[in-house]
Parts: sequence; C-alpha cells; structure tokens
Amino acid sequence: MAIDKYMRERFFPHIWCPGCGHGTILNNMLRAVDELQLNQNEMVMVSGIGCSSRISGYVDFHSLHTLHGRALAFATGIKMSQPNLSVICPMGDGDALAIGGNHFIHACRRNMDITAIVMNNRIYGMTGGQYSPLSGSGITATTAPQKTIDREFDITSLSLASGATFVARTTAYHYREITKYIKEALQHPGFSVVEILSQCPTHFGRRNKLGDAPEMLKLYKQNTTRIGSEAKQNNPELIERGIFRQEIAPEYCAEYAELINRVQQG
Amino acid sequence: MTQRTEFIQGNEVCVNAALYAGLDFFAGYPITPSSEIAETMAKQLPRIGGKFLQMEDEISSICSIIGASLTGHKVMTATSGPGFSLMQETLGFAVMAEIPCVIVDVQRGGPSTGLPTHGSQGDVYQARWGTHGDHAIIALTASNHQDLFSMTVEAFNMAETYRTPVILLMDEITGHTREPVNLPEQGEIPIIGRLRTSVPEGVDYHPYLPREDGRLPMSDFGGKHRYNVTGLYHDMWGFPTTDPNVIHGLIHHLMDKIENHAHEITRYREYYLDDAHTVLISYGCSARTALHVVNSRRRRGEKLGLLELQSLWPFPAELVRAKCAHAHYILVVEMNMGQVVHEVKKAVHEPERVYLANRVDGEFITPTDVRGIMRLIHGRGV
Amino acid sequence: MSRHRLIFAGSGGQGVITAAIILAEAAVLFEGQNAVQSQSYGAAARGGISRSDVIISDAPIHFPKVNQPNTLICLTQEAYNKFNSVIRPGGILITDTHYVSLDTRAEARIYHLPLYTSVMQEIGKPVVFNICVLGALQAITGLVRLDSLHQILKKRIPSRFLDINERALQLGAELGKNTEVQTH
Repeated sequence: MAIDKYMRERFFPHIWCPGCGHGTILNNMLRAVDELQLNQNEMVMVSGIGCSSRISGYVDFHSLHTLHGRALAFATGIKMSQPNLSVICPMGDGDALAIGGNHFIHACRRNMDITAIVMNNRIYGMTGGQYSPLSGSGITATTAPQKTIDREFDITSLSLASGATFVARTTAYHYREITKYIKEALQHPGFSVVEILSQCPTHFGRRNKLGDAPEMLKLYKQNTTRIGSEAKQNNPELIERGIFRQEIAPEYCAEYAELINRVQQG
Repeated sequence: MTQRTEFIQGNEVCVNAALYAGLDFFAGYPITPSSEIAETMAKQLPRIGGKFLQMEDEISSICSIIGASLTGHKVMTATSGPGFSLMQETLGFAVMAEIPCVIVDVQRGGPSTGLPTHGSQGDVYQARWGTHGDHAIIALTASNHQDLFSMTVEAFNMAETYRTPVILLMDEITGHTREPVNLPEQGEIPIIGRLRTSVPEGVDYHPYLPREDGRLPMSDFGGKHRYNVTGLYHDMWGFPTTDPNVIHGLIHHLMDKIENHAHEITRYREYYLDDAHTVLISYGCSARTALHVVNSRRRRGEKLGLLELQSLWPFPAELVRAKCAHAHYILVVEMNMGQVVHEVKKAVHEPERVYLANRVDGEFITPTDVRGIMRLIHGRGV
Repeated sequence: MSRHRLIFAGSGGQGVITAAIILAEAAVLFEGQNAVQSQSYGAAARGGISRSDVIISDAPIHFPKVNQPNTLICLTQEAYNKFNSVIRPGGILITDTHYVSLDTRAEARIYHLPLYTSVMQEIGKPVVFNICVLGALQAITGLVRLDSLHQILKKRIPSRFLDINERALQLGAELGKNTEVQTH
C-alpha cells in the first residue's frame, strides 16, 4: 500500500480496540497526504492525550505527543515559528473541547494555517468510558450511570462562530469523505476543522446498546445526510455532513510577516 | 569596547538580555508585574524578524514556546505566580521531553491573586516542586540589573547546555525598579547555541540517546530527522515505553544531568566572607537590603559578610556549607515565610545557628527589619 | 559619599512617576551619577496615591526604597497628609498651591508653589504639570543641571510635544528660583 511509507512500524501494534473508528481515520488521512504528495520532512503532527492522540506516534512525520487538551497550543508555536511546515492536530472530543476548549476557540479565531481533526466518539475511551462534552444528554457512561443530563457542543457551529475558515464534518463510515475533506483542509490557507464521527464500540456503543462496530457504522449511514439535502428538510434530526465553510481570510503567520515588513521598513 | 548605559526597568533588562542570548520567539499572557517583558518583546521582536505571540493564557504560552523551541528557536515566556502555577504541568513536559526554554517568574505576593503590585519571593519552592513527579530543575535569580542581564543570558546558555527548561526568578522589585545597566557588546558574554546532531539524513538519529558527555544533540522539527516527542516515559527514539529499565534510566538521567553538574551551575557573589562572624545569605531583591546592612555594619567594624545566591536550584548546599563553616550565626534574608532558610539549615553542620529575617506584608524588607532580627539573636530585644 | 533621597507623591495620572524617572535618568546619563528609581502603586491607573522613590548618589545604591526623604514632593492633599511626616529634619518639601493646603508643621524648608495655576495660565495644558514640578525641583535642589533634564525630554518626548514640555520645565525653574522659603 502506498501509505505504508508514512507509518512507523516500530510503533505498532497500535493501542486501539478492534472496531475503533480511529484506524479508518488514520488510513484515510494518510491517503490525503499521499494524494497531495506532501513532503514528510515538512509535516508535523501534534496531538494531546487520549486514544486519538496516539495517532501522532504512528505516522512518520515530525511528531509531538503533548498534554491533554494542549495540542493546538503547542502547534501554534510550531507553525508561528516555522510557517513553512504543515501542521496537523488530531484530537479527541474531550481533548479538543473540554480541557482544550479555550485553545480550540482561540485557534479558530487566530486563523493560523493548522488542520485540526476532531475524532469525535462522544466518550473518554482511554480513561474508561466517562462522558464528554460531546456525549449529549441521555447517554450512559461510567460517570453517568443514571444517564447524562449535560447538553452537548455542536463542533461545527462552535468552529464557525469562533472564526475557523474551513469547517467540515463527516463520519468513519464515509471514509472517502475523510480523505476528501482532509485534503481540502490541508490545502486551505487558514485554520481548518474537520470533525469526524468515530465509533467507540468498547465504551460508547456497548454501554448505550448500539451494537458492535458494523452496527454503529450503519447508524452513521442512517443518521447523517449531506448538507442541505432533501432528507434533512424531511428529517431535521439528521446530522449534516459536508463543508460548512471554506473561505479565505487573513492568515495569522502571513499577517505577522507583513507586520515584520512594516516594522523593518520603519 | 564601548558599552551602552541604559536607565531601564529590570523587566526591560531581561528582554535586552534574552535578545542578546539569541531569543527570537516569545509567547506570553499579560500579568502584573511581568507585563513589561511581553510589552517590550512585542516592540522589539519584529524589528529583528523574531516572533511575538500573545496567547489566550499562560498554559498556551508555555506550550507554544516549547513548539517553537522544537523548530530550533531560542524561546522564553514570562509570567508571575498565578501564571507560573498554570504552567507547571507543561513545565514538567519540557523537563521530560528535554526542551530548552526559559520561564521567567516575576514574583508577587501570593498565594492566589495575592498582591499583584507588590514584591515577594514566595515562589522559590514552586520553582522546584511545582510540577508533579521527581525531576531536577535549574532556577537562577539576580538582585541588580547588571547581574540580571548576565543571569538571563546564563539561563539561555544553561537551557541549551542541559536541554532543559530554566527558571529565572525575578520579583516585582527588581522587575519594576530602574537603575543603570551597561548593555554589553556582542561577544562580551559567551552565548551557547543549540547543539544539533551531526547524524546524516537516512541514518538512524536517536533524539534521546545522550552522548558520552551527557549532552543530547537535537534535530529541528522540519529538518531531516523525523522523530517522536512525548511526555510519556520514552526510549532513545522518543517512543513511549513502560520498560522498567528504560524508565529507571530516564528518570536518573533527568536528575543526574543537572544534579551532577550542580557545581557548574552554581552562581553566587560574596561580600566580606573571609572573616565574617555573621553570614547573611540572601538572593534577588532581598540581597540588596542584606548588602546595605553588611556594608553599613562593616563601616562600624562589625564582621558581617554576605553570600548572595544567584542559582537557587540545584541548591548549592556544598557552597553554603563551606562559606558558613566559621560563622557564629547565619541569617537568611528573604521575602517569604521561610523557603531558602530550610535549604540552608539542611546544608550547614549546625542548623540551630540559622535564623530567618523575612518580611511578607507586601513592603520591601528594610535594613531596619534585618537589624531588628540581629538584635533579637543577640538577645538585645528590638 | 553624597546621597540624596526623594519621594514623589501624587495621584495616578499626574505623571509623578514619569517625573521621577526623568530626574533619575538625567542624573545617570548626563551627570555621571548613580541613581535608582522605584515606585509603588495600586490597581488603579488613574487616581489613588502614586509614589515613586528616587535615590541619587555617587556611590552604589543597594537598598532602593526611601524611608526618610531629603526632598519630598507632594502633588495632592492625600499624598501630603500621608507623607509629610516622614521628611528628614531640614529637608525640602515641595507642594502645589492648587492641590495642597498646608496644615501641619514640618521641620522642613517648604516651597509651596503655584505650579499648576501657572501651567494653566501660561501653557494651558495640564499634562505638562509634572514637568513644571521637575523644573521647580531642579531650581530648588540643583541635583542635576537644567540642561540634563532638557536632554532627557528630547530623548523621551515626541517632537510635537517637546515645545510645551520645555516651556513647562522653564516655567517651573523660574518659579522655584524666585520663591521665598517658608518655614512653619
């Protein structure tokens, strides 16, 4: 497979459970990198803590496995100091939006050319199935034995409101869209958010009686639809997939380069 | 060589020295009494093509400088106690991943929001023990602007030499006070640059395999070697491991690379110690008061001396023991409830001869305060 | 060894700290003296008591704060009430007639000057009040030469504001020179 060269065999076997959606995301992300023929020496992957964050070790890029919630903060320093590098931040939902929520909205606002991938399985998998700010209400989790009463974030709305200039959503079932949107995001000259719904059969599916991985993938097929589709008009409960925003706005590193020019020319 | 004399705040001295040391990336978040450092950086860095970032908090500030250090830049952040508290987890990351960086803590009264506009030296232990787990750390300090310049440059040099975060403990008084400083010409103070690997492309580079001299050559992110950096215990490739042998080796390496070089890291000044019956030990702003007392008592023929510590961690226990060997008593002057005094007690042969002169009400400790304690020690009352 | 200790006290926004810095910087850069300037302030950027300490000496200065000033400058009633008792016996007290009414006895040479009123009459810009104070201080104490203060003003102040600042400095110097010392 062409994407083998992007993986570090030394790191395998990976830690993900059988049926986890994260492997699909890794596979299709690397296809995007391969299709764009990106130079591995110019690729940096920065992650935080959680199941999703282990992805940074598996890829043969410059990789930085940081602290819970802080991937975007580290990534901001890397990109700002060396703007020629392509920076990807794979994050979990709790990682990106609970402990890392403040960094997330400010990264959206700054519009630095970084690609954030939120692997949203609506649960803290690594620590044993606690609910996350993406679980939503009525969910059983180890910290919600009587079901959650918390409302959830909508990642795309939050990203849009915070100023991200590329925002897309898809699922682990729609693997071709993963490659497509990540490709678009990597090429987008600004802050990109790609939300990918990813099944966690071990903690989310099992506790909420959603079946095994294939069953959960089927739900992604049934419960989602393209943005603006007729199906959505008939059933507002459906989750929309697609590109929510793709627009050009001043990119932070470019703006800072301008500022340096201005200062140096007095 | 012609030196340039400036009449500036300590916070500005710190910026001048950091730029002298080769800093070209700074990230920070506004907090009194350190904000002038960020303000001066914001003004100066674009002029030299460097980068200034105002981040959303202190956590992201230290995270982003670590990112920039990995791409090969000399980096710093500056804060005060509350922000330093927020940085602790990431400070531990920098220790574990062995990332050179400088963290300036312009101390103010604490705990909590405490006394934002008043001086304190309450973060000496936080610098040492603020983060979880066992590790070693380097912390430097200075009492006057000329020494602050040197110690700031030293902080960068040590960060590169030992591949470690270095903490520069300033305080509100040195940070905000203006006094003359001679800005040295380039070359007057040696600068230690990043040690980069000579391993060619295509050959396995081991980012965490120390050379025989204990140093670990780095490779910039974006360069020819792609490797993993993690806060987990890791092997010589930077890959996470739970192998007991590797863990044992790494934690000892992290301790030894600093503790075993304590004598090289130790920085101090001494005044009239040769025949001193009374040894004052102080550091940072308090050392100014201590020196004032020592000078005025010496003029009256009293045998007082001062040991001014400029490196607090690793604690220079051997130095303190040696300098205090003939002292009748030892008086530690500091602006906290007693932090360095405990280290001094541990270091000397007769800890019962060690006393504390402190002040913690937000006011700068005065010569009268110190003289009052000396009278008490001599049983003369105040 | 000569050593002169000053406290500048007033209200946040009056420019007392700036005045202190200019004096100390002039002593260092143009008089070959050593100087240390420090300040204490609260959370308010405007109002409240603002205080700056300056020590000028021909020897090294270690302790940077002033407990008993040789010269005390009080630009508000609040500052005057708080600090007038700490002045060294025989020291100099400079106050402004617009802001301060003298009520307590101090064993000092008192210069109670119409600085603010003169600035408003002659220049019309309250922002240069602090520079006028500095001019008076120079004339009274002779701690630095007037020209050294001029040099610092040139260094620190944008050229479009330089003229009014220099006029304020001159005005202060004249007021300081021509005033009889009051003693209580």
